[in-house]
Amino acid sequence: MIDSTAGKNTNKTLKSFNDILPVEEKTRRLNAQLKKRHRKEMRFQMYGVISLLLGFLFLVVFFNSIISKGYTAFQQTFISLDIEFVEDIVDPKGNRDAKEMLRSDYSKLIKDALKKEFPSVKKRKDRKALNKLISSGAVYKLADLVIESPELIGTTQTLWLASDDEIDLLMKGHIDRNLPESERRVKDNSITWVDELVAQDRVVKRFNHTFFNSGDSREPEQAGIMGAIKGSFYVLLVTILLSFPIGLAAAVYLEEFAPKNRITDVIEVNINNLAAVPSIVYGLLGLAVFINFFGLPRSAAVVGGLVLSLRTLPTIIIASRAAIKAVPPSIRSAALGVGASEMQTVYHHVLPAALPGILTGTIIGMAQALGETAPLLMIGMVAFIVDIPQSAMDPATALPVQIYLWADSPERAFVEKTSAAIMVLLAFLTVMNLFAVYLRKRYERRW
Amino acid sequence: MQDKIEYGKTVGDVFVENPRMSVRGANVYYADKQAIHDVDLDIAKNQVIAMIGPSGCGKSTFLRCLNRMNDTIDICRVSGEFKLDQDNIYSKEIDVVPLRARVGIVFQKPNPFPKSIYDNVAYGPRIHGLAKNKVELDEIVENSLQKAGLFDEVKDRLHESGTGLSGGQQQRLCIARTIAVGPEVILMDEPCSALDPIATAKIENLIDELRENFTIVIVTHSMQQAARVSQRTAYFHMGHLIEVNDTEKVFTNPEHKLTEDYITGRFG
Ligand SMILES: Nc1ncnc2c1ncn2[C@@H]1O[C@H](COP(=O)(O)OP(=O)(O)O)[C@@H](O)[C@H]1O
Ligand SMILES: [Mg+2]
Repeated sequence: MIDSTAGKNTNKTLKSFNDILPVEEKTRRLNAQLKKRHRKEMRFQMYGVISLLLGFLFLVVFFNSIISKGYTAFQQTFISLDIEFVEDIVDPKGNRDAKEMLRSDYSKLIKDALKKEFPSVKKRKDRKALNKLISSGAVYKLADLVIESPELIGTTQTLWLASDDEIDLLMKGHIDRNLPESERRVKDNSITWVDELVAQDRVVKRFNHTFFNSGDSREPEQAGIMGAIKGSFYVLLVTILLSFPIGLAAAVYLEEFAPKNRITDVIEVNINNLAAVPSIVYGLLGLAVFINFFGLPRSAAVVGGLVLSLRTLPTIIIASRAAIKAVPPSIRSAALGVGASEMQTVYHHVLPAALPGILTGTIIGMAQALGETAPLLMIGMVAFIVDIPQSAMDPATALPVQIYLWADSPERAFVEKTSAAIMVLLAFLTVMNLFAVYLRKRYERRW
Repeated sequence: MQDKIEYGKTVGDVFVENPRMSVRGANVYYADKQAIHDVDLDIAKNQVIAMIGPSGCGKSTFLRCLNRMNDTIDICRVSGEFKLDQDNIYSKEIDVVPLRARVGIVFQKPNPFPKSIYDNVAYGPRIHGLAKNKVELDEIVENSLQKAGLFDEVKDRLHESGTGLSGGQQQRLCIARTIAVGPEVILMDEPCSALDPIATAKIENLIDELRENFTIVIVTHSMQQAARVSQRTAYFHMGHLIEVNDTEKVFTNPEHKLTEDYITGRFG
């Protein structure tokens, strides 16, 4: 109802604004208010800058600590020795049979070479310490060499052999020479020998291929990350093959086709709940269902992938639904209006428009899965596995679990491996996230 | 509160000879709320019929019934008889997909697909399988853009995105997209309300030309526009069809008191 008295009080003279608030006073108040506002805005900006700086500072500290601890792992110390391939040791029967030659005692060759290099070392105990300069894995290199080219037998070769992990640490400066001998892992005589070798240019630090090409090992200088990388690869492969199509199909169905009723409400709530379930619970579920009930192999990447699919499914569904919901309804009407069926509308218009968001969500889900550790512990992917897995059914471990294993190892040399493995994991995560950003930028659409 | 008002029967010439579409006893509900009350209306061939009325009176709702766009709204229920030529469009035998190729729609806000201009126009013919080969498709696209008065402006950039055009061009692109499936009827829901006066004038001229080949139903909130482009005008009020007459008669000598109040600006 319109107030019939409205507009009827015009004959009563009203005070002008100037009478209530003179111009000078108004200007003064305006200025005061303006100053206050400026101060407020400045403060607000400052908070933003400070929190950004803090975040950046933490990042710098974090990276600095990891990189400074870990970068040395990308190098390895090698010692050159004149190895004489004595036939009596390498191939006592003289028939050049590879299988038999594999069993020969190559450590004897190394011991002899060291003996020749340091003739003054006589005592049994010192000899033992001397032999420890070279990695126990060096014998495999010699065996491989001889089996590949048997003509080496009887000759003397100058070969670069990996040093023991403690000599490696010494060369990298991780061992303090000024400490009293009793508190040092590398004793005085070893240091003297190494220094002598260095003086003869018989010690170098080279790029550490072993770290990138080998599986795990009890010996730090032979331990590598390839087994974990491949394990993570198979886990992620299984995860994406399962969770992407299932998650996408679920999202499309729920968003576009499902009737809105009690059941879909319950499903919706439960999907959101699943995203919040602690991941170790998924590990227990995987152990109970996939290993104990379905009898899949323990420690296998396929089980890890199955478990992590369950883990990433809610992430992918939620992200995909959000992306689908963000497609403007006008596009749907446009397609329906020219006679596209609902199916065609979804496949021709809604999904392409939602794809960047869906892919971003998927990649973020995958990055989460790559960093996931707890559920993998539950299904036995924490076992010590030397062999590099060749398929998803082989026993394997994953990058974050490898980090956990190395961080738990007592040898000092695993510290740098741990940090290096973290760097590798971060590198993969960074690449994945950059890819997500790229996708978002590349396919971003303006309406 | 005004309680029940008796709106009575629609005044004017509801029926025409040999209509393109005919509607009898249309009722539309959104959940429990009735948006259209018992509407009868014939839509004549090769004519522009304008629907006017205060906002919320059900013009868009009625328009969307004519090509079953209301099917996509879950809570919307439609009853009554809607015929296109001799076919009852709500009968079970009718599939909405070919129906929408016969009754196209242009929306208020231009909504080209985020695809090239060519693909926008080619989309309809493609999904309906109208063109046998690229040559035929090219011809349909060019012809549709020409009818929509857009071809000369975009012929050098057919493969650039349709969303990069100006608002008026986008709307003509949407019209071309609708024409490209060769509809008999084109529904337009306030097609100019998001456009500037020059773009509006272009679209109005276009509507006049399109009348030769198509039957057009246009919803508009501008009475001048209704007067300029249409031959018949239907006035809706609170979900009731109050009056249908020749446009000239509606604007010079309305039969119903409500129509007169509306066109003289007493409410709106
Ligand atoms: N999708 C919908 N859901 C519920 N109510 C709707 C919907 N669309 C329209 N309505 C209602 O139906 C009535 C008619 O709306 P509409 O047809 O859009 O009017 P007009 O186009 O004449 O402005 C209005 O009261 C509106 O609130
Ligand atoms: Mg409307």
